[in-house]
Amino acid sequence: MSAPIIALEGIRKTYRSGVVEHEALRGVDAVIEEGEYVAVLGPSGSGKSTLMNLLGCLDSPTDGHYLLAGEDVSTMSEPELAVVRNVRIGFVFQQFHLLASQTAQRNVELPLVYAGVGRAERRERARAALERVGLGDRVDHRPGELSGGQQQRVAVARALVTEPSLVLADEPTGNLDSRSTTDVLDLLDELHDAGRTIVLITHEHEVAARSRRTLVVEDGRVVRDERVARRSLTARLAADEVVAP
Amino acid sequence: MSWAETLRAAGEAVRAHRLRSLLTMLGIVIGIASVILTVGFGQGAQDEVEEQISALGSNLLIVSPGSSTDSGGRRGGFGSATTLTLGDATAIADETAVPDVAAVAPVTSAQTSLVVGETNWTTSLVGTTTSWPRVRTRTLASGRFFTEAEAAGAADVVVLGPDTASELFGGLSPVGESVTASGRTLTVIGVLDSSGASASGSSEDDVAVVPVGTAMAISGTTGGSVSTVYVEATSADTLSAAHQEVTALLQTRHGVTSEDADFSISTQESLVETANATNETLTVLLTGVAALSLLVGGVGVMNIMLVSVTERIREIGLRKALGATPRVIGRQFLVEASLLGLAGGAVGVLIGVVGSWGLPPLVDQPVTLSWLATGAALGTALALGVGFGVYPALRAARLTPIDALRSE
Repeated sequence: MSAPIIALEGIRKTYRSGVVEHEALRGVDAVIEEGEYVAVLGPSGSGKSTLMNLLGCLDSPTDGHYLLAGEDVSTMSEPELAVVRNVRIGFVFQQFHLLASQTAQRNVELPLVYAGVGRAERRERARAALERVGLGDRVDHRPGELSGGQQQRVAVARALVTEPSLVLADEPTGNLDSRSTTDVLDLLDELHDAGRTIVLITHEHEVAARSRRTLVVEDGRVVRDERVARRSLTARLAADEVVAP
Repeated sequence: MSWAETLRAAGEAVRAHRLRSLLTMLGIVIGIASVILTVGFGQGAQDEVEEQISALGSNLLIVSPGSSTDSGGRRGGFGSATTLTLGDATAIADETAVPDVAAVAPVTSAQTSLVVGETNWTTSLVGTTTSWPRVRTRTLASGRFFTEAEAAGAADVVVLGPDTASELFGGLSPVGESVTASGRTLTVIGVLDSSGASASGSSEDDVAVVPVGTAMAISGTTGGSVSTVYVEATSADTLSAAHQEVTALLQTRHGVTSEDADFSISTQESLVETANATNETLTVLLTGVAALSLLVGGVGVMNIMLVSVTERIREIGLRKALGATPRVIGRQFLVEASLLGLAGGAVGVLIGVVGSWGLPPLVDQPVTLSWLATGAALGTALALGVGFGVYPALRAARLTPIDALRSE
């Protein structure tokens, strides 16, 4: 069996402001295998945002080791981490974080620009990713011309376009109405069905329920690790969760 | 990320904030345009003076009394001494002593009041000999210049400059009329042609030329001292020979050596040098002021780029999250600043070039466009963009992605 996508060993993160120290993570151990769909659930202040930053290589732990696809990223420098983020991770943020002045197409191309992919190939791959999230007819629209749900789908396309090992979604439905929420969560389900590893950070139980495994974070520790047996496709069809092909 | 991609991203960012980019560029635009125009005005003034001095004729020596010429070609105390006399001028005119001299015109000069009826006009009274029109390359618009006989006899005749004539007589022809100067009545026998615009205003055209004896009688001076002796060499080639001959002659006559000479001889060349030295000082000063405004423009670019870094902190965070290394981010901001500098420079050059073409008729000052200054200004604009873009770029590069992303 290949190395797990994510292996956390005794991860600690301490923030210091002046003389006051705040321990956001107090020793987190977790292993996430390839193809898993994991929700990290916890109330605000539980440390889940800190965990998300560390998982996304946006921040380095104070202590402990983080192996991403077998590679220890906990001691890497910022330029090295930038490359790891570009190659390994696709981000979906609560605030979408799209560049307002650029078209959906250009937004999706952005990670490929930093990966050094040529223009023609970028264009093709960005279009394919937008098709995949159902926005093939919106490539030339700017974020301001799209609905919240559509914007988040552009963000998902951007997360997918590099074929990352891990899709990291940070409260992806936090700024969406219920209809768009369902849309985006369905999209994540599809990605999971297609074999993507997804880590979803949320404080909503309903959202977490869509995953196959939930890590409950409280007070800087993983307090529960709940796995949901994978339901059969027929059961999910019956529950109207997926549309039959 | 390739340079082409960086350039594209920077161009997009500049276009995305059009008004701000424009205002940022404004400082550079003004700076570059003013550098080009001040250098152009300085160069234009210099060219004009050079042209006027060359109009004096390249084979002219100007002998002045008193102080000597220093190494920089600057003369002190013009006309302040009385060591040069009519006798000197007569001696210089002697063909055997100074064979390379073609013509000599001693000149006395004083301010005097000319009166015609109720009209009173103060002008410079020039006392000279019949060689004056030749050595000063002046021609007559009407009438005639005074004759040898009139000069020798200190006749009461006067040749007026065109401006003087029109001030005293309006549009009427003054030839044959009378003017009064210090109680002496002079008959106007001629009017000079205009000498064209002059570096020192139109004083060359506001003049009353009389025989030297007459001038001395009017101003009440005795002793025969003159303020200048114009000496024309037989040709440009014999100018330095004439220079040496005149120097030797005057040294002998005055009993002085080159160390304690009580006269000085300038040539057209040394006059050009003197005039240029003055002009250059002014040009350097003005260019300094313009360069200062360019510096202020550069600080403006830095200021805006810093604001831009703060304002676009989330964009920077996103770009970093998507895989932009600190170097790539820094480069993007640097290229943006350079782009602003270069665009500002280009617009500034455009305004400078158009201004140097359109302004002269309006301000009555020639402007000579210096391509060297234009090129240097463009280079400076780019350097300003890069120079003042470095710090904001470093700031942007150093932001941690998480702080950048989380900022609201």
